[in-house]
Amino acid sequence: MSEISQAQSQYNYKVVRQFAIMTVVWGIVGMSAGVFIAAQLIWPELSFDLPWLTYSRLRPLHTNAVIFAFGGCALFATSYYIVQRTSQARLFSDKLAAFTFWGWQAVIVLAAVTLPLGITSSKEYAELEWPIDILIALVWIAYAIVFFGTVIKRKVSHIYVANWFLGAFIITVAVLHIGNSMAIPVSMTKSYSLYAGAVDAMMQWWYGHNAVGFFLTAGFLGMMYYFVPKQAERPVFSYRLSVVHFWALVSLYIWAGPHHLHYTALPDWTQSLGMVMSVILFVPSWGGMINGIMTLSGAWHKLRRDPVLRFLIVSLSFYGMSTFEGPMMAIKTVNALSHYTDWTVGHVHSGALGWVAMVSIGSLYHLIPVLFGKARMYSYTLVNIHFWLATIGVVLYIVAMWISGVMQGMMWRSINADGTLTYSFVESLEASYPFYFVRFLGGLCVVAGMLIMAYNVYRTVRGTEEHMYLETKPA
Amino acid sequence: MSSFWMIFVGAISVGTVIGCYFLLRWCLSNKTGIAEGESMGHTFDGIEEINNPLPRWWTIMFYITMVWGLIYFLVFPSFSAGHEGLFGWKSSNQGVLSMEESKEATKQAIADGKVIMYDREVAMADEKFGPIFSEIAQQTVEDLMADEEALKIGKRLFLQNCAQCHGSDARGGNGFPNLTDNDWLYGGEFNTIKTTLLHGRQGAMPAWIDTFGEDGIKELVAYVQTLSGREVDAQLAEAGKAKFAVCAACHGMDGKGNHAMGAPNLTDNIWLYGGSERSITETLTHGRAGVMPAWKEILGEEKIHVISAYVYSLSNKPSEDK
Repeated sequence: MSEISQAQSQYNYKVVRQFAIMTVVWGIVGMSAGVFIAAQLIWPELSFDLPWLTYSRLRPLHTNAVIFAFGGCALFATSYYIVQRTSQARLFSDKLAAFTFWGWQAVIVLAAVTLPLGITSSKEYAELEWPIDILIALVWIAYAIVFFGTVIKRKVSHIYVANWFLGAFIITVAVLHIGNSMAIPVSMTKSYSLYAGAVDAMMQWWYGHNAVGFFLTAGFLGMMYYFVPKQAERPVFSYRLSVVHFWALVSLYIWAGPHHLHYTALPDWTQSLGMVMSVILFVPSWGGMINGIMTLSGAWHKLRRDPVLRFLIVSLSFYGMSTFEGPMMAIKTVNALSHYTDWTVGHVHSGALGWVAMVSIGSLYHLIPVLFGKARMYSYTLVNIHFWLATIGVVLYIVAMWISGVMQGMMWRSINADGTLTYSFVESLEASYPFYFVRFLGGLCVVAGMLIMAYNVYRTVRGTEEHMYLETKPA
Repeated sequence: MSSFWMIFVGAISVGTVIGCYFLLRWCLSNKTGIAEGESMGHTFDGIEEINNPLPRWWTIMFYITMVWGLIYFLVFPSFSAGHEGLFGWKSSNQGVLSMEESKEATKQAIADGKVIMYDREVAMADEKFGPIFSEIAQQTVEDLMADEEALKIGKRLFLQNCAQCHGSDARGGNGFPNLTDNDWLYGGEFNTIKTTLLHGRQGAMPAWIDTFGEDGIKELVAYVQTLSGREVDAQLAEAGKAKFAVCAACHGMDGKGNHAMGAPNLTDNIWLYGGSERSITETLTHGRAGVMPAWKEILGEEKIHVISAYVYSLSNKPSEDK
């Protein structure tokens, strides 16, 4: 029996396979929704005067689909895989793991139905109403039991660094989700937040920024710490760097929320506190990037012929870029220009498409053949094409948003000799149209890449071609 | 916040930064018992970890941000509620609940020599731009109508403060009056417009469902429709006419409205909340409450003077006067 088929029976790969496939499916759905609403910003007629196709309802559908459906499934798949492989133990409970899969899919489907119907708590990235919130909490607690249960029954003495990050992600997201979603229900589809005024805003962005910090950063750093050294076949650069940047990252991130509320009714002290912590956070964030990229030292030549590794390393570059950009935008003086403009949108997407999506895609290209007992992906040419589509798409997207964001910020603050504002809001909107079009093109590239991935995954899973048989794998 | 919470928050916020410092110091020296550059000796699914030292440039960056952070903590209100910072800097007078309290706080801050960013920016703007508006405020509406530059200033102020409700083209929308059609709820003279802007207006159409019932409302709606010349069930309209006496108190027997009360003219086929049978039924059934905010305290009388001239010019085209 080969090593891979042994692993098939030793570990629970079924749930990993399910989540891995759904990552591709939800990736296409969520990113297509993004391209559609990007098109609506250029051609508003695309709402067809139907309430459930309006931008305001589809935008939360897009964000929920890419973060929680695409990103969530990617995290479930990879964390279940990593925790089993690095602990040399089967998942703590197959039944609970199956519950997390079906429960999470139910959450996604419920979101896809309720959000277009206009059922929303109106909290950004936490729009789902209370019955769905309860389901999320239950799935998440089951997830925590499966994950930590597996860590506890590990057959190795130490806990691998990837599992530190995944563990921090699971615990903190539970705390954030339950804390922020506290509400008083008035009907099955309507509830009111337990918090009011500036406190509500602070709770929301404590949650909101740590959805970025723990869901989209810590979780994906866990993914990175397994798949980068694995794909590069190199040891992790520095254990001590892992220790410092892990603890510094998790303790600083939790403070960063107030930078979303600069120049608002939030007290001054809270604003500056959030700003200081966000700026210091820049350094531990780069610790993760350094540790990932330096893992490649002595193996740089592999980048030339391995498109999967290229996905992983480019994702780290985008991670480094957006974790430099973020702390800079958290500085109040910079924020005065960037806030409420497209710059923020560009920043989010350099993180979400450049870092989160690319590290997930790279990891999946490593994972899919292993999970389905194949020697390799069906076509590395297609992986390579996907890589370039994704890279060009992200660059088009963020460059367009940088230019339009800075332009909007400059237009909004420009004043005449008499002290009146030079431009009305609608003029800045008009000036943004060309950049909206470039953003739309960038999005199209990204979705096209995902469709190619789906085809490649389908051919790999079916795997009838001779070159994909394990036996023919060159020694 | 109680003093317990203030100390608690201050301790964990400053403690986080100082904790990061000690964490960094701890990992800078090699306490692993393994030579630098060697493998840590544990493998996970074939992955090894090297005991490499922290990159120097990265360590220096960490120190710089932490030192900067602690200095910032000292200078600005930051690590906990009640902490004021070295120079008493504030973005604005937070916690004020009314315009009076705000003005009082501004005076107090000047007396105490505190830096209140918002107050300072307002004072600077007043000093720089005040004379321009004082000069404009001296001019009569006739002068302003001939002054293209002044009207442009009025237009810009309109676009930034009024367009949100009345639209960039000032044609309004459902519930927000069109300002270009020379049809006025409270009168279209320059001084009346200015009064509206300065002090705001409260439109109050009562709800009539309890008085007239559904049938009564139906009859009244039919009659109101005839006023602007629409054809309806004559019998219904006749019955409605008898009930209209109640409405006439504000809208007048002829339905032509009353500027003094802001009661709309019902005969000109211009509708603030829509003129369909359904819209009129809704208006009569549930009433309407229109609100024009008072701008005096927000923009000041001088700016309102020039905005009023711009609004006046929309219905009294300056070019036609020439």
